[in-house]
This record gives sequence, C-alpha cells and structure tokens, in this order.
Amino acid sequence: MHEENKMNPQYVGPPQQFTPQQMPDQSSSYVPASSPNVYNGLNNQPGAIPEYGMPLTGKPLPYQNYGVSSTYSQNGLMPQGQQQPSHSGTLIPKPIAMTVPEPQFPYQGPAPLVSDQVTRQVGELSIGPSNLQRPPSSVAASQGMVSSQRQGIGGPQPSFAVGPPPPRQITPGPSHRFPATLASQHTLSGSSFPASYSYSAQYGQPPRSYAPPNPVAPVAPPQLSSTQYSPLVGAGQPVGPGVSSSSSMLVQPQSTQYHPIPGSGPSLVPGVPPSSGAPPQYPPFSGAGQPLGSSVSSLHPQQGPYHGALHPVASQPLTSISTLPPSSQVNGPVSGAPLTSGVPSIQSRYPYTQASQQQPAAIQSQYPPAAPGMPQNRMGAPVAPQQPRRLDPDQMPSPIQVVDDDRKQRSGTFYTNTKGQVPPLVTTDFLVHDEGNCSPRFVRSTIYSVPTTSEMLKQAAVPFAITISAFAKLKDGEHSPPVSDSGETGPVRCIRCKAYMCPFMQFIDGGRRFQCVFCKGTSEVPPEYFSHLDHMGQRTDKFQRPELCLGSYEYLTTKDYCKNGVLPKPPAFIFMIDVSYNSIRNGMVKLLCENMKEVLAFLPKEVGAPASVVKVGFVTYSNVVHFYNVKGNLAQPQMLVVPDVQEMFVPLLDGFLVSAEEAESVIDSLMEQIPQMFMATRETETILGPVIQAGLEALKAADCAGKIFIFHTTLPIADAPGKLKNRDDRKLLGTDKEKTILAPQSTFYNNLGQECVTAGCCVDLFLFPNSYIDISTIGQVCRLSGGQVHKYTYFQADVDGRRFLEDLKHSLQKTVAFDAIMRVRTSTGIRPTDFYGHYYMSNTTDVELAAVDEDKSISVEIKYDDKLTEEDGAYIQVAVLFTSCGGQRRLRVHNLALETCNQMAVLYRNCELDTIMNYFSKLGLRMIIEQTPRQMKDYFINRSAQILASYRKHCASPSSAGQLILPECMKLLPLYINCLTKSDALSGGPDMSTDDRSFAMLAVATMDIACSTGYLYPRLLPLHDVDPDSTEFPKAVRCSVEKIKDNGVYLLENGVHMFLWIGMAVNPDWLQNVFGVQTAARVDIDKTSLLELNTPLSLRIRDIVETVREERQKCMRLTIVRQGDKLELVFRQYLVEDRGSDGSASYVDFLCHLHKEIRSLLS
Amino acid sequence: MTGYQTYQDFIQQNEDRDGIRFSWNVWPSSRLEATRLVVPLGSLFTPLKERPDLPPVQYDPVLCNRPTCRAILNPLCQVDYRAKLWVCNFCFQRNQFPPQYAAISEHHQPAELIPQFSTIEYTISRATCLPPIFLFVVDTCVDDEELTALKESLQMSLSLLPPNALIGLITFGKMVQVHELGCEGISKSYVFRGTKDLTAKQIQDMLGIGKFHQQQQPTNPQPPAPGQPVPAANKFLQPVHKCDMSLTDLLGELQRDPWPVSQGKRPLRSTGVAMSIAVGLLECTYPNAGARIMLFVGGACTQGPGMVVGDELKNTIRSHHDIDKDNCKHMKKAIKHYDGLANRAASNGHIIDIYSCALDQTGLHEMKSCTHLTGGHVVMGDSFNSSLFKQTFQRVFAKDSKGEFQMAFNGVLEVKTSRELKVSGAIGSCISMNTKSASVSDTELGIGGTCQWKFCGINPNTTVGIFFEVINQHNAPIPQGGRGCVQLIMQYQHSSGQKRVRVTTVARNWADATTNLHHIAAGFDQEAAAVLMARIACFRAESDDGADVLRWLDRMLIKLCQKFGEYSKDDPNSFRFAENFSLYPQFMFHLRRSQFLQVFNNSPDETSYYRDLLMREDLTQSLIMVQPILYAYSFNGPPEPVLLDTNSIQPDRILLMDTFFHIVIFHGETIAQWRKAGYQNSPEHENFRQLLQAPVNDAQEILQTRFPMPRYIDCDQGGSQARFLLSKVNPSITHNNMYGWGQTSYQTESGAPVLTDDVSLQVFMDHLKKLAVSSSA
Repeated sequence: MHEENKMNPQYVGPPQQFTPQQMPDQSSSYVPASSPNVYNGLNNQPGAIPEYGMPLTGKPLPYQNYGVSSTYSQNGLMPQGQQQPSHSGTLIPKPIAMTVPEPQFPYQGPAPLVSDQVTRQVGELSIGPSNLQRPPSSVAASQGMVSSQRQGIGGPQPSFAVGPPPPRQITPGPSHRFPATLASQHTLSGSSFPASYSYSAQYGQPPRSYAPPNPVAPVAPPQLSSTQYSPLVGAGQPVGPGVSSSSSMLVQPQSTQYHPIPGSGPSLVPGVPPSSGAPPQYPPFSGAGQPLGSSVSSLHPQQGPYHGALHPVASQPLTSISTLPPSSQVNGPVSGAPLTSGVPSIQSRYPYTQASQQQPAAIQSQYPPAAPGMPQNRMGAPVAPQQPRRLDPDQMPSPIQVVDDDRKQRSGTFYTNTKGQVPPLVTTDFLVHDEGNCSPRFVRSTIYSVPTTSEMLKQAAVPFAITISAFAKLKDGEHSPPVSDSGETGPVRCIRCKAYMCPFMQFIDGGRRFQCVFCKGTSEVPPEYFSHLDHMGQRTDKFQRPELCLGSYEYLTTKDYCKNGVLPKPPAFIFMIDVSYNSIRNGMVKLLCENMKEVLAFLPKEVGAPASVVKVGFVTYSNVVHFYNVKGNLAQPQMLVVPDVQEMFVPLLDGFLVSAEEAESVIDSLMEQIPQMFMATRETETILGPVIQAGLEALKAADCAGKIFIFHTTLPIADAPGKLKNRDDRKLLGTDKEKTILAPQSTFYNNLGQECVTAGCCVDLFLFPNSYIDISTIGQVCRLSGGQVHKYTYFQADVDGRRFLEDLKHSLQKTVAFDAIMRVRTSTGIRPTDFYGHYYMSNTTDVELAAVDEDKSISVEIKYDDKLTEEDGAYIQVAVLFTSCGGQRRLRVHNLALETCNQMAVLYRNCELDTIMNYFSKLGLRMIIEQTPRQMKDYFINRSAQILASYRKHCASPSSAGQLILPECMKLLPLYINCLTKSDALSGGPDMSTDDRSFAMLAVATMDIACSTGYLYPRLLPLHDVDPDSTEFPKAVRCSVEKIKDNGVYLLENGVHMFLWIGMAVNPDWLQNVFGVQTAARVDIDKTSLLELNTPLSLRIRDIVETVREERQKCMRLTIVRQGDKLELVFRQYLVEDRGSDGSASYVDFLCHLHKEIRSLLS
Repeated sequence: MTGYQTYQDFIQQNEDRDGIRFSWNVWPSSRLEATRLVVPLGSLFTPLKERPDLPPVQYDPVLCNRPTCRAILNPLCQVDYRAKLWVCNFCFQRNQFPPQYAAISEHHQPAELIPQFSTIEYTISRATCLPPIFLFVVDTCVDDEELTALKESLQMSLSLLPPNALIGLITFGKMVQVHELGCEGISKSYVFRGTKDLTAKQIQDMLGIGKFHQQQQPTNPQPPAPGQPVPAANKFLQPVHKCDMSLTDLLGELQRDPWPVSQGKRPLRSTGVAMSIAVGLLECTYPNAGARIMLFVGGACTQGPGMVVGDELKNTIRSHHDIDKDNCKHMKKAIKHYDGLANRAASNGHIIDIYSCALDQTGLHEMKSCTHLTGGHVVMGDSFNSSLFKQTFQRVFAKDSKGEFQMAFNGVLEVKTSRELKVSGAIGSCISMNTKSASVSDTELGIGGTCQWKFCGINPNTTVGIFFEVINQHNAPIPQGGRGCVQLIMQYQHSSGQKRVRVTTVARNWADATTNLHHIAAGFDQEAAAVLMARIACFRAESDDGADVLRWLDRMLIKLCQKFGEYSKDDPNSFRFAENFSLYPQFMFHLRRSQFLQVFNNSPDETSYYRDLLMREDLTQSLIMVQPILYAYSFNGPPEPVLLDTNSIQPDRILLMDTFFHIVIFHGETIAQWRKAGYQNSPEHENFRQLLQAPVNDAQEILQTRFPMPRYIDCDQGGSQARFLLSKVNPSITHNNMYGWGQTSYQTESGAPVLTDDVSLQVFMDHLKKLAVSSSA
C-alpha cells in the first residue's frame, strides 16, 4: 500500500514526460518487483528511500510525508516490510502503474484514443520491439538511479531514476500504469501478455510479439463484443485475431520466454550495481535499457514494469508510458520504443521522483521497504506482497506475487492496538494479538481510513463496507474472546445508543461517567462498575476487564437478553432424512445411518465442557414425515408417522430430542432399522416444506433453538405445502431472463425461512439430486435462517460418501451460535445500511440469525448520513447476542476503530482489496437478482474504472493519461473484477445447470474473505515437481493456460471445486508413483480420491491434497482431468486469467478495456 | 292361542318364544279406533333373545316370490302339500316350494312351518365369514394410575378375543396415534393432529390404506362380494394371534400424554379426531363387516372437532342449565360432528362403544349418537381403576353357553306387515336404512319412513320398540277371526362370523273397537305400554322441551284413564281401573319423576347415558329403570318386595333397591347402629351377620349378570349416600306432611320422611282421578 502511495505521488509528478523512460524504468522496476527479495533488500537500504522521498516531496507532499519521514522510521522498524509506501498513518495505496502498451497494431487503431498518445503509441509501436529494449535501457538508467535510491525497488526504480522526472510518477510504481501510448488499452490488453510476448518476440522473434497482442485483441473483440474491448481490439489489433488463435500457444512460449527474462532481470540487477541490493537487477535493466538487451529485460521489466511503466507513463508522454506499459505488462514492448528515448529520461526522472517525493512512493511502493519504514507497517507489508514482480513472466499484477509478498512481510503477530491499521491479507499466516481492536478474522473493513465526507467516498467510488465473521475460527495460539459475567444488571451500555462498553469509551468526571464514542452521549457509570481513573485518564481496572482493553469479548447475559425473558435451553440438532426411492438407491440413507454414530461424536460442545449438551432428534420422510422416539429408556425406537403434511406438527414431545449419549443404544438400533424399513420403498414423490416445518415445530415444541439437517434428494413434487414444479430452463442462464429461474418460484420457502428465524431454527440442506431440484427456491430457507446448502449431484455413496460425511461432520463440529441477533453500531455520521449474507431482518437494524457459524460472514455496507471528523476516527461495534452450543445466552462484541481522512491518497492507501471484492461479490449477487447480467457487469466495470480513475485523478494526476496507474492496494482490482464478472455465481451460463448456478450464488453469499478470495482467483498448484521429501508447499502459479505444461500435473481449487489436471506428457515415473500407471491415458479419471500407494511421492501428493482440503470449509470433490478430455473445458473455466469459453475477457483484455474506461472517465 | 289361561300367560309365553310384547294384544280393526286407544299400538321386540332351544337351521329361508314382498315362509302360511305350494300370509302370493322341499308333506314339515318355531334362525353358510374386528381407541390424557388400570384391562381383553379377531389400536391425547401392529424392531404409529377434522378420503390417503397394495390377505381367500372393496388386512388391523405379544408390549409402553398441561388448563384431548380416524379407518378397510370401535375416555374432548369444552378450567363443562339457556358454544358443533361419525359408522355396520371413566363429564351428551345409532355400549364410571369399569369391560366379552360371544354385528331388521297394518317407526339403538316398502306408514313415530333398520351392535338384551299403525278404514271391516301378521326378519353377523337370519312371525286378532272395546282393553299389556311410552317420552325429550314431554305424558295418562276407566262423571271416588291397567298410572308416576325426564341433579352426560340404556334394554330391565324395585330384609321373615315408598324405610330393616343403574343396600337406623357396633362379628349374633349378608348376596347376583354393571352403594339411614334411595321412593312422607297426618314421628311404623316438594303417589293418583272423571276435560 505504501508503495502505491509513493508510487502515486511519484507517478503523479513525473509520469508525463518520463513516460517513455519511465516505461523502461517501470519495466525494470517491475522486474525487480518480481524478485521481492531484491526489493526487500532495497527497501532495507534506507538510503534509497530517502532519496526518493526527497525528490518526491516536491510534488507529492502527502506521499512524501509518508514516504520520507515515516518511511524511514518504518524502514527501520520494518526491515522486511520495506514497504516504501507505508506512510505512517495514511497508507497511500501503492498505485500500480500499468502501461498497457497497445498492441502494435493497436497503435494504429488506438489512434482514436488520444491523438498524442496514439501517435506516441504508434511511434512506440513501431518501436514496439525496440521498445522492449528501450525499457531496459531506461531501466538501466533508472537502475542507476534507483539502485542507489531504492533498494528493492532498485530494479524498477532505476529505470525511473533514468527518467528522473517520470520516475516519481513511476515510483508510485506500485500503481501499475499502462502506457496509454498503445492503443492504450488495446495494447495493454494485448500487451499484458502479448506485450510480454511481443517482447520476447522482439527479442527472439518480433512476430510473436505482435502476435500476442493481436491474439488478445482479437480475442477480445469477439468476447467483449459489446464491450470496449472489442473496439479496442478491432482498432488496436487487426493482427490480434490471428494471434488470438495462437494466443494460448503463444502465451506459453512467451511466458517461458518471460521467465528467462526474469532471469535476465537479475542480470540486469547486477548491472544496476549502483543500487546495493538492486545491482543484479539493474544490470538486467540496464541491459534491458539497451535496446536489445532490453528485449529480454523488458520482459522482466514487465513485471517490474507495472511500477516502472506506471511511472513512465505518469511521468511522461504516453509514448514513454507506452513503453513502460509494456514493461509493466504485455505492452511493455510497445513502450519499448519510447523507452529508448525514454529510458534516459526516466532515469533522470527517477531520481527526481526519488528526490522529490515519489521516490518513496514509486520505488518503495513496489519495493515495500522504502515506504514501509513508515508507520504504515501494515500498509507497507501489504504493499510489498502486491508487487507482482515475483511472477516472472507476466507483467501484469499477479495475485500470487501479492500474496507471497504479504506473506513474507506480514507474517508473524499482528497487534491490533492501532486505529485504522490495515491488517495482513487473509492469505497470510499471522497471529492476532487483541489490543483493543477486534481481530481482522472477525471484522474486516474495505477501507481503514474513512473519508470524512460522503462526497469524497463517492468520488473515490471505493465501497465502505465491513465483512463480519463474528464467530470466525481462530488460529491456534490466538485467544477466543473471553467470556465474562455481566452480573445482574447486564453489560454496561450507553444510555443513548445502547452501545456496549468498549475500550474506546472515554471516562470522564473522575470515572463517574463515560462518553460514548459512537453517539457522544454521556452515561453514568453504574456504582458497581465504578473505578478510579489514573493519571492518564484510564480506568485503573482497565486490564482487569476485557471490555476495557480488548477488541472482542463476550458477556454472559441476563434474562433480559433472552427470548421471552427465560434463559434458553441447550440447542438441538435434528436430522431429517429423505427415505424415498432415490435416496435409498444412491446409498445415502445407508451411508448416513451407518455413520451416524460417528457423526454424532462431533456434536459441538462448549469450550471446556466434557460433553456436548446438544440434543439430537431424527426424522425420516418421503411423502409423509416419520418422527422417532429414541428416548433412552425405551426397548426399541418408536416411529411416529405424520401423514398429514398439509399442517405439520410434532407428534411427540418427550423422547424426540435426546442426549445422544444417553440414548445411544436406541439411536443405534434406529440407525439399523431405518435402511431396512425403507429398503423396498417405491415412493418417489417427496415433500420438503412440511419437513422443514416439522423440524421447526419440533424446536418450537422443545422451546429451544437449533439446527436442522435435511438430507434431501428430489424436487418436492408431492402434494403438500411447498410443492414445486419443475421449471428448469438452463438456456435462460446468462440472459436477461435468468432471473425467472434464479428467483424463487414461490414465496413459501421465504415465509418458512422467516418463521425459522423467529424460532431460532437454522436449516442446513444436504442435497443429493439427480435432476433439477430448484435450489433457488428451496435455498431460500437456508438463506433466511442462516443455514447452508450442500450439494452432491449424482451422489454415489461409494464415490462421494466421504466428502459428504466430512462436510456433515464439519457442519456439526464448527463453532456455531444459535438464535442470534446482530447489531452493528457506528459512529455518528455513518450508519450501516445494507446487509449481505444469510440472515433475516424484520427491521432496519437487527440482523436476525437463526444460527451463525464460523464459516459464515455477513457484509455490511456503511453509508454516511453526516460528516465525520478527522480527529475522532470512525468506530464500529458489532454486537451479537446469541445462544451458545452449551445453552448459554451470551453477547459477543467486536470493536473496530478506523481512521478518518480527508485526503484521497490516504484513502487509497488504506484499502483492503480482498474485503472489497468480498463485498462486491455479494453486491453482485444482489444485482443479478434485480437487474440483468449485463447491467451487473457494466456496473462493476464502471465502478472499478471509477475507482481507478479517481485515484488517477486525485493521486496521480500528473501522470499521463495514457498510463494505467493502479493504486498499490488495488493493483489486483482489475483482475479480480474480471474474475468476479466471470465467476460461476454471477455469470454462469447455460453450460452449467440452474442448480449449480443457484448453489454457487448461495455459497458466495456467505463466503468470508478467505473463501471469496480463493473463489475469485483459484489456486493452481503444480504437483509434478513436488519434492517428496520436502514438506514445503508447492508454489502456486497464475491461473492461466500459459502456465500449464504438457508434462505437468496441477491441482486447481477454488474452495468449491478441486481439479487434478494431468498433462499427457507427464513423467511416467510420477504417474507410477502416484497413480500406479505408466501413462496419463490409463489414469482412472472417475476416481475422486487418489490411490493410496505407499510411495513417498504418493504420500506427499495426498498430503498436499488433504492440506488444501482442510484449508477450505467444504470437502471438495477431487475431479481428475486429463489433458484433452472433455472435462478439460470445465477445468479451463477456472483458469481465470484466460479468456473464458463463453467469451468472457481475459485478464489482459479486461485490463485494456478498463484502461480505456478510465481514460474516458478522465477525459 | 286360546289355550292360554290368561292374557298374562299369553303375553309371557309369547315373550319367551318370540321375544316380543305388544302394548295391545288385540288390535282395533280401524284406523280411527286405533288412534283413540291413546297408547299406540307398538311392540317391544328383542331380536336376538337368547333361545338355546332353537334348532340349527343350516339352509336359506324360502322367500315369497313377489318382488315387493319377499316375506319368509312361516307357520302362519297356508300350505298346499299336494301342490307343493304355499301362500304368503302378507301378500297372498302363491308360491311354489323350491325343489329341495319336494319331500314336504303334512307329516314331514320343515322347521319353519312348525307353529312352535314362529321364531327361527337360519345360518347362511355361503356368506363370507369374517372374524370380528376390535379397534381400541384409548385416551392417554389420564392419570398414570388410571392409565395403568386401563392398560391392564386392555391387555386382559386380548386373551378374551378369538385368535382370529382383528385388532387395532388408536391412542389419543393432544395428538392421535394410529398404531401399526406387527412390526418388529421398531414400533410404528401414524400421528394426526388433534385439531383437524379429516375426511375419510384424507385419512385413507394418509394411512396409505386407500390403495390395496397390501400383499397379505385376510383369512378369507374367497373373493369378497362384488362392489365391496377388498377387505385388505392392513398394518393397522391384525389378527390377535399374530400381534398379541407385540400389542401387549405396546400397551405396556403406552405413556401418559406427554404434552404439558399448564396450571388452570385441561389436558388437550382429541377425542373427536380420534373417533373420526377410527371411523375412517374401518370405513375404508372393512365396510359392512362387523367391527367394534371401543373408545375409552377419561375426560372431555377439549380441542378440535367434537370439542366439548375449552381447555381453560375456568370454563366449566355445560350443564342442563347452560343447555336450556343456550349457553354452550361447543355443543351443537360437537353433536353435529359425532352425529356425522355415528351415521358413517352405522351405515358401515360398525359399532362404537364408549367407556367413559371420569369424575367430571366426558361429553357423552355430545357423543350419545355414537353409541345410540350404532348400538354400542356406553359405560359411565368414575375410574378405570374401579371394578365397575373393569368388570363391565370384561363382560363385554362374555360368552354364552356355546362359548360364543353374546355380541352380534351388523344386523338389519326388516319388518313386514299384513295389509291392514303398517309400521310407523322404531325407537331403539338403530338407524333407518331408508328402505321404502308397502309396509311403511306415512306417519312417523320414532325412526320412521322405512321398513329396515340397522342394528350395528346387538346383543341378546337389545330390544327395540316398533310402532304400528292400523290403516284399515272403518268402512272396510275385517272378517271375524281375521288376524294381523307381522314378520320381523333380523339378518346379522354372528360373532363367529357367520351370517344369520332370525325370523319371527307373529299374529294378533283384530277386534272392532266400537263393539268390542273390552276385548281390546283386555289385551292391554300395561308393562309393555309403560315401557313404550317411556321410550316415546325419551325420544321426544331429546328434541322437545322437558316440560312439554311431561305434559304430554300427563295428557296421555288422563286420556287413557278416561277411555278405559270406569267412573261416574265428576266423581273421582267412583274411578276404577281394570287390573291390567292398574299399575300403569304408577309407572307413569315414577317415569315422570325418573332421571329420564327430570334433569335436575343430573348432568347432561348422565341424562344421555340413562336414556340411552332405556332405549335398548328389554322390558323387565326397562321397568326396573322406570320403577326401581325394593326388597326388605328383616328378622321378621324372609326377604320381601316392598313398596317403593318412604313407608318402607324402617329402622330395623335392610332395604335392597335395584334401579338398574344403582344397587343400593340401605340399612335402617337400628341395623346401622348394630352394624357399627360390630355385632355381626360376634358369634352370638350370627343371625345378624346373616341378615347383613343376605342383601349383599342378592346384590352380587344382580351385579354379576347385569350389563353395564350397576353402581353398588352400601349406605346407612341418615348417611349421605342414602340419597340414592330417598330420591327414588315415593315421598309419601315428607317434611310437609309428616306431622300433618297425625303421626307422631317417623319412629313409628310409617317410615322416614323425605325432604322434597315432589308430590306423592297418593296425591298424584287423587289428582289423576279428579281429572279423569272431570267432564270438562
């Protein structure tokens, strides 16, 4: 983040002129970025930073501030973090400048963009190939600069340095700028990858370079058709099309080439010598800088390019930018041309930037160190990770790089003592130490510096939302919120807004009163709660009371907080099993009954309790409902059939809900009986509505909250309430009419869901359909009651059994709160308005949850109804009143303090992209129901364009319009937005079933941030080169077919699906060790688990698969895909950086498109 | 017939042979005269009167060929032995004997032609033979103690059932559970909400018994009669021998209804739905087969259809007062519900028994039609743990000398009359089958408009009052010696499953009332008349205001006195009645005071209960109900019947009163003191002990034979329980007159006073005479 900030400032200043030079710089910078180590090193070197800071100061004051002063300090503080950008308080998002070199052709096309740009671009284009070289040269120049200045950044920075002025802009390097030079976007689009290709091509083969861009472009047009891409394409790259076809092919080679390039990168560094750490990189850059060498270097640069490119772009004319862009991304090459010229300039600029203010930003940003020094530790840390450098070939911002950097920089302990501190990424392994703010696992905000006015937020278009997982699972070593008894009077609360006592409350009047931080009202301190204040104005008992020193804590509440004023009873779980023909046939009933005993061992228990007090009950049903009396003292279970499904009721009171332990023998005998009893059933019509009602009534009758698990197989067509008709028509998916099948066909299940909530009855559906089951309708009950839908299509007990049982056990076992009411209180001036997730609200403030568990999150959008003040900050308190699994009525409170700001740069520096995307994905779900898919997509494109344009306008204004400059914090925004708009949940088309689509939508609605991140950008792990002896986890690669090698084996997972892709040319030894066969063709792809061979490799591979599974909430089905099989199409859908088979844009295309959008916004 | 010494003998013998008693044994030959007899021409008929002497007839009856007649060959028919013809005595159709009667001759007659077999029973061997079906419907909203006792009784009853009998179990409380029998490893039941009325179709669908997919066929492999659904033995009704073990366990595990009953509430009890389901279950599985639904209730239905009272204790259950004031909101709906069920059950030939044991009312008033229309037993007790219930219940399964149940199922009584006569209705535990025929009168008395009635449940005591109308016009005199004939054909399912037909054919002489009124008067059967009038009165009381009925009774009595008394106008003292009329006014007196017509001090449930039994018991028992009998035991001589009068209460007597419903042993004041002193325990007062024991023994005898078992009350003069006796005796001595008559005190021979404002028999008679002789009346 810090980097970004810095980058921005730098970019802002210098970009225009430097562009060309910057381009190279950037490219170079990127390169280095790719190798984080370098950056770190650079960062570490305080010297570099200061330099940057200095020059930058001139323009980007704010940045400077961050960069300079804080940065240093931070640097000192954070050796690793090195986040240059990390400006003390305000983290300036590290903008990532991505110059999107328009494809060479595009240039011609691009003309439409900006004449200047175009021309430049064209020039560049022509230069294109050379551009590549240029960047290097520029890099070289910059390197010199940078090297000295930025350490880590060195690589890229140098380039900046070369073009001193631009560098600054570049510096913001974090923000990826794409040189507008190219057709701007086109180039970019094509460029991002293509660019790289082009580079390679140029170096190796000019044609390729062209080709790549073209491919992209061409591809884009068809896909984007309506979207701007197409135009771009058309304009940008006539060639494209041809290329496109080859694109994929090309890509790989290119990528490979890129890799080499990276290699070169290092070489550059050395060249760089000037910069201590950077040297190696520089050299390459320098090399790159040189026209020829550049080609290679350019590739590297590309990675670095972002920064570099950005800088250049910003700094200088488009042309330069264009050059940069290539470096930053594909376009790199394009920019290349300008580079030559630009390079020097850039270098010069870099220095400038550095000198001025940008240095820190740009350079540091990418190279976290510089800025990091700043207080922004948090910021800085994230920034560093963002640096895509790591990804060798691809210059476009890479999530893998970002994740990796963050992991490197921010692992360890995260102290929550600072207001508005941006937490590490969810993917990072960190421990949270609660020092007054709640753990980011519980609550994450999209922004940690809240604008003081709504106008500012509106301009920025950055969403202000929090994502709450109030019962999130904590890591080992973290303490769950302590439970304290609130006494007879209940928790201390503000008399005005009813907020609960929290560390933010100000005690005044000698401790006799306190002022509420949320509403500013003052309340008397109850006598029994009184404590004297110390000289600091702090209560002397501050550290004796969790609510005074912790961000998260729990209370045991009084009867006033209970339903009907009566303390709750322990909750109950009811298992409701469909015993119609289909469920008998697919083996579900038998499997479940056989394993019930084992499953019941997973009933949740209160921390420290010896046994679970959760009661269990059993129901089976087909077109009638069978209840079972399993009271422990019975000789045999009793079955009570309720045939009257029109008006469901519970036929028995005593003996239905029992302690699993006490009634063990009766339950066992029941589980033996059930499969036998229904063995010969011919009943195919089932009911569902009455079943849910039955569970609901049972809980009502027992006067307790609880959860019902329904194991259901078919569309409920039997004549009963909740009867559904088959209205499936998957052809509608993806069209404007898809709402008709994605919205519930009747309100029955919605009403039922509401009833469930009122009664504290959560419904989990386990579905085993062989055909349409209308999840969009029946899922409503889960949605409203805080439940979940699990789906096992074409279930076969022997194949899918384990998965189902694992999921079931997890469902039982996980931390869960029942009958909960959540209330979000905020500082005066802002207020929660919209809620997303599985819940029900009967008024505008209370979120009612029949149950909420560790896997579920709720996003809350916060809006202004007034201004905030800069001094106070923004406070959020999330209070959840719930019944624990031990039957205690408790209150869990999470407090979060956010900073306020009135500067855009600060805002952008303190964003949390994953949370934003989580919020966006849920927002998208809502839009898809109310609007058309196209509107939804347009909305996201526009919004992201607006976010970036706003950034550009307010934080990087000096940069050239032709550059794409991305804030460091959001450099992945384009990628993620693209992933989002092509995700199953939001744009699943007729190639998936309606149920799958609905299922995905439901799943996304409750995803916490870790899930949504994984869902949007799947993890692709190469398994073919796993070292059986090491325990190191394979490094993920980008989700692109380019990364897939014929001789490779890859595991791809997104939390919902898991694929094991096997290349046809994979090493037979590997196959032998893992699958026990010699050729890929003989691998049994119908298996859903790996053979249990006793080879080290098999063990290792299985271990990896298991580890991956365990990280996810659901037990994913392992689908084995062989290269060339039909299934590969499905697999490819999850290679989200590629163009989708349905015509959705590839990353590159999208980026180009977005760039165009931004440009149009800016103009 | 002329051989009888007296009408008394004639009546007696007729009753013994045919189980029938007519109010008039000589019939007026014209319609007009008949209506002037005051007491309608009617009969009390006991269709299944125990006749161990009847010959077993294993062939089918011979029917008259005329389609509109179809009367059965009987001893009153003229037979032409040579032509092998017989003449129907109802329609005069000449019928050829069927081939198997070819060997008939004057000396070789089939049983049905022999005069002494005017009642004969045919066993139809070709009909399907279904075992009886018993469906227990058990209330679980009772105390544990009660439930335990009930469970024991039920378990015991299993051993009394024939092994092939089908049995089913429904339990109810807040919910209604239909138990599936014969499942192993797990007990299954179907549960219904107690608040929702279900149609037969719904019940059938929900129980899965609408589709006859059950593999297992009942004991009769023979296909059932066409048009009848296959009587699939289903999972809810299983032969006793198959499921008695599991059912015993099931009953053993029955728990009290678990639903909580909060303070100030009654338990929620779904009697209405339970009945509905029971009826529905049998209706679609075994229509027209003999089945008994045995309902055991321990309280009033408090929810759903058939609700008698709300579950709030503050709302008390309706009383007669409320009914008069029209202040019972549930009653009409409930009655409608149960009426509907009763009609459905009855039309399918199913019996509903109600065993009601509770201290408060249980809604018999609302449910009365269930037992009344189906001929089911109704038993009212205080507790399932009482011997009253236990023994009564046991007696339901009593067997006769041949070891067969004394219960019969699904009977249809058809009445055929000769041309001068038509049947105007019946009063008893039956429903009309709405069968029109030439014998059906236009005027209705009781359940009329049909010549066939269904008696779902019938036992040897069951007696129906059948009323006739003479339709012969005055201007078409009947030839001298002409006789009117009535044929009563009872088809029923014997407890063994056999279908049987019992035919009774009787004839009485016609007489011209204008000229031979004394003949007619001589044929008056005052006992039968009293009982018939009582039935009519009760029948009317169900729908009319009580006071109206009393007035009607009075008017009828006065008219009868005017018509048949001998007196001088306006001289009460001159009034004389023939001997065969002499007791009639007294019966009426007691009837007026009885619980059948006086609701004071009785709950609606009790009233219904009493009336129901009056409607079905035979003449003797009915008379006991109307006018209880009283025996006196003293050292002065052997036990003797004494007047039902306060005068009979003497300090040194023990009285035994049998009101049918109660057996009261009443110890006179002195006796009571002795007993309290324990004299009976000392050997020297052995005779006292014997005196004490004598009425007990006699009471025991009655207790052992009567169904339902009467309440046994042992009381002392002056004790609170003595009220049972005091309320029945003629209050000849009351606080109003005890001193007025010049007697010194009740210590004299004159008996004990009763504190009542009711008039005594003496006053009643005086008044009656006065009115009867009044010329202005």
